Amino acid sequence: MGAQVRNRLIVWVALMALLALTVALTFAPLGGFRLAASLAIATAKAALIYWVFMDLRTADGLTRIAALCALALLAILVLLAVIDAAVRVSGG
Amino acid sequence: MSPVHRPETVEEQQSYLRAGHSLRSWLFSTDHKRIALLYLISISAFFFVGALAAAAIRLELVTPQTDFLTREGYNRAFTIHGIVMVWFFLIPSIPAVFGNFLIPLMIGAKDLAFPKLNLLSWYIYVLGGIFVLYTLAVGGVDTGWTLYTPLSTQFANGHVLTIAAAIFIVGFSSILTGLNFIVTIHTLRAPGMTWGRLPLFVWSHYATSVILVLATPVLALALVLIAAERLFGLGVFDPKLGGDPLLFQNLFWFYSHPAVYIMVLPAMGVVSELVTAAAHKRIFGYVFVAASSIAIAGVGFVVWGHHMFVAGQSPYASVVFSFLSLVVAVPSAIKVYNWTATLYKGDISLDPPFLFAMGFIGLFVIGGLTGLMLAMLAVDAHVHDTTFVVAHFHYIMVGGAVTAFFGALHFWWPKITGRMYNLVWGRIAAALIFLGFNLTFFPQFVLGYLGMPRRYPVYPPQFQWLHDLSSAGASILGVAYALPLVYLVWSLRRGPPAPANPWEAFGLEWTVPSPPPKHNFDTPPVVTGPAYDYRLKTVRKRR
Amino acid sequence: MSTAAERLEPFDLRSQKRRADRFGMFVFLASEIMLFGPLFVAMAVYRVLHPQAAAETARHLNLWLGAANTALLLTSSLLVALAVLAGQNGRRRVVAACLLTAALLGVAFLVVKGVEYQAEYVEGLMPKIGPPSPIAGRAPTLFMSLYFVSTALHAVHVTVGALLLAGTGVGAWSRRLPLPKRAMTVEVVGLYWHLVDVIWVFLFPLLYLAR
Repeated sequence: MGAQVRNRLIVWVALMALLALTVALTFAPLGGFRLAASLAIATAKAALIYWVFMDLRTADGLTRIAALCALALLAILVLLAVIDAAVRVSGG
Repeated sequence: MSPVHRPETVEEQQSYLRAGHSLRSWLFSTDHKRIALLYLISISAFFFVGALAAAAIRLELVTPQTDFLTREGYNRAFTIHGIVMVWFFLIPSIPAVFGNFLIPLMIGAKDLAFPKLNLLSWYIYVLGGIFVLYTLAVGGVDTGWTLYTPLSTQFANGHVLTIAAAIFIVGFSSILTGLNFIVTIHTLRAPGMTWGRLPLFVWSHYATSVILVLATPVLALALVLIAAERLFGLGVFDPKLGGDPLLFQNLFWFYSHPAVYIMVLPAMGVVSELVTAAAHKRIFGYVFVAASSIAIAGVGFVVWGHHMFVAGQSPYASVVFSFLSLVVAVPSAIKVYNWTATLYKGDISLDPPFLFAMGFIGLFVIGGLTGLMLAMLAVDAHVHDTTFVVAHFHYIMVGGAVTAFFGALHFWWPKITGRMYNLVWGRIAAALIFLGFNLTFFPQFVLGYLGMPRRYPVYPPQFQWLHDLSSAGASILGVAYALPLVYLVWSLRRGPPAPANPWEAFGLEWTVPSPPPKHNFDTPPVVTGPAYDYRLKTVRKRR
Repeated sequence: MSTAAERLEPFDLRSQKRRADRFGMFVFLASEIMLFGPLFVAMAVYRVLHPQAAAETARHLNLWLGAANTALLLTSSLLVALAVLAGQNGRRRVVAACLLTAALLGVAFLVVKGVEYQAEYVEGLMPKIGPPSPIAGRAPTLFMSLYFVSTALHAVHVTVGALLLAGTGVGAWSRRLPLPKRAMTVEVVGLYWHLVDVIWVFLFPLLYLAR
C-alpha cells in the first residue's frame, strides 16, 4: 500500500511540474509550435492520470480498450479537422 | 446444445409475467423482460403519435393546395413526425424491446449487467417523451427534425428549447442502454458461449451499442449549443458572431448518420435470426455477417458528409464522403448475399416471420440501391431535398427497420407472451404491409426525380396523381399496421399456449419455457456447439 | 430481505461484478469524452484558422486563475486516487477525509470560475449582457463563445462530480457505504472525477494558453 501511495504522490508532483512547464512555455517564443507543444504536455498529463490515478496500470485489456476508444476516435477527428483547416485555401 | 433443465421449485417455474401483478411490480421491476414490455407499450404509443402526424401529411398532400393544413401547420406536422419516429420509436424500438428481452436469454445470463440502470433508461425515455408531448400540446416546432441553424437558433417560431430538451433527455436513455448491452455481452456470457458462437442478433446489437455510446453525445452537444445560442447569444453557429451554420450540420450529421445504423443494424440482426430459423439451416457465412455488423458501425462514422453535398462543404471533402458512402454499402450487401445463400436449399416455412424477413430484404435492397444513387455527387445535386431522398430513407427505415420490428414481434411473440397468434392473419398483415408500403413510397421516388421538393405542401397539379397514389398507399399501410394490434392482442386471451420452441429454431431463448421464468434459466446453460447448429437430417414435407 | 447472492445478480462472483462496474464506468466516460470532443475539435480548428485572434482574445482570460484552477483539480484528483486506495483497505475515515476535501477543492474551482466569469462580465466580454464589449470582430467573438460554452459545460460536470464525491464521502463516514466491501463505488465515482480533471487538462491550454 505504501508503494501505491508513493506512486500517486510522485505522479502528482509530475503533474504540477508539467503544469508549471506548460504555463512557462506560454511566455516562450514558440510561434505556431505553441499549440502542438501545449497539447503534447496535456496529453502527457492525461496519460499519467489515466495510467496511475485511474489505475489503468492494473486493469485488464478490455477496460484499457474501453478507456482509449473514445480518445482514439477523438484524436482521429482532431487530426483530420486540423489538417483540413490547415490546408484549406484562404478564403475558402 | 444446452442441457434440458428441470425446475426445482414451483417458484422457479413461475413465468416472469406471473411474478407480481401490481402496477408497482411492473413500474419498479428490474427484470429485463418486464422492462422490455414497458418499452414496447411506450414506443407503440409514440408510433401512434408519429403515424397521426404522417396521416396529416399524407392527407394534406392529396391536393396541390394547402387546404387541410396551413403551411405553418404542415411544417409542424413533418417536424413532429420525424422527431417522434426517429427518436421515440425507431431508435429504441428493436434494441429496447427485443434487445432487452433477448440478449440475456441468448447469451445464457439471468439479466443485463446493470438491471437498475436498465429501468432508469426507461424512466429517462418516459421523461423525454413527456417533454415531446408537452411541446406538441403547446404547438410544436417548425424546423424539421434536422433542426438546422439559423432557423432553429434565430428564426423559428416554435418551442425549439423544449424539443431540444426532449431529444437531449432521450439521448441519455440510448447511451445507458448501449452501455448496458456492451458490458453484458462482454461479461455475462454463459460458459462455452464464445464470441464465435453468439447469435448474430447479439453481434448486431453490440455494434449498435458502440454507436449509441460514441455518437449520441455529439448530438447532445449540438443541442446544448442550440440552447446556448438561443438563450445566451453564444453564437457558435451564427456567422455574424463568428460562428458557422455548417458546424451545426457537421455535428448533427456526425451523430445522425451513425444513428441510421442504430436503426438498421438491430433490424439486420433480427433478419439474420428470422432467415436462419425459417430455413432451418445454419446461416451462410457467419463470420462475414458478424464482421459486417462491425464494419457497418465503423465505416458508418465517416460518411456523414453525404448529407451536406450541396451545403457548401468543400468539394474535396464531398468526393471523400461519396467514396466512403459507396464503401459502406458493401457490408450491407454482404449480409443480403449471406441471407439469400442461407435460404438456398433450406427447408423453408412460409410463416409470418419469414414473410417479414423477405419483405425486409426486398425493401432494404431498393432503399440501399437508391442510397448508392444518392451517394453519387452528380445525382445528389439533382435530387437533394426532393422526395427521392424521402423515399430512400423510408425504404430503409420503414420498409427495412419497421418491417424487421414487426418480424421480430411475430417471431418472438410466443416466447414473450406464451401465446400463439393466428398465422393466417400474420401472413395477411405481412403481405398488406409490403403492398401498402410500396404503394406509399415508390411514387415518391418518381416524384422526387421529377423535381417534387420535400417538406412542401403545395405542388404543380401534374404531380397530383402520384401524390394520391402515395396517400392511398398510406391508408392501406395504416390498416396493415393496425392489423397485428388486433390479432396479437386477441391472442393474449384466446391464443393457444405456445410451446418452448414453436418454430423449431436454434438459440438459448428457445430452450426455456414460453414465457420464460423470472430468472431465465433454472440451471445455467453450458454451450458446447456452434450457433445455428441445425442438422438437416431429412427434408421435411411441405406443410 | 435479499440474500447476498441475490444482490450480486445477475453476476455469480463479486470479482465479476467489480470488473463489470469498472469496465462499465469507462464505457460511460467514453460517452462523456464524445460530449466534449466536438468542442475540442472546434477549438483546435479555431486555433489553426485564427491564431492571431486566439492569441489576442486569450489575453482577456486570467491565466493565473486558470492555472490555479488546474492545480486545484490535479490536487483533488490525487486525493481521490488516495481515497480509492484507502477504500480498498477499509480505511473509511481516510476515504471520507480525502473525498470531502476533494469535493471542497471542486467547490473552490467553481468559486474561482465564478470570480473569472464576474470579471469577464464586468469587462463586457459576455454576449447580450453587461457593458459594451472591448473585443470586436467575428473571430474574437467566436473565441469567447467557445470559451463560455466549454467552461460552463465543464462547470456543470464539476458540480455533479463534487456532489458525487461529497455523497460518497458522507456515505463512507457514516458507514452506509461499507468498506472495503463497496470500495468499487469509491473507484467508480473517482473515475468520473478524474475524467472531469482530464477534460480541464485539455481545456486549459486550448483556451488560456493561446496567448
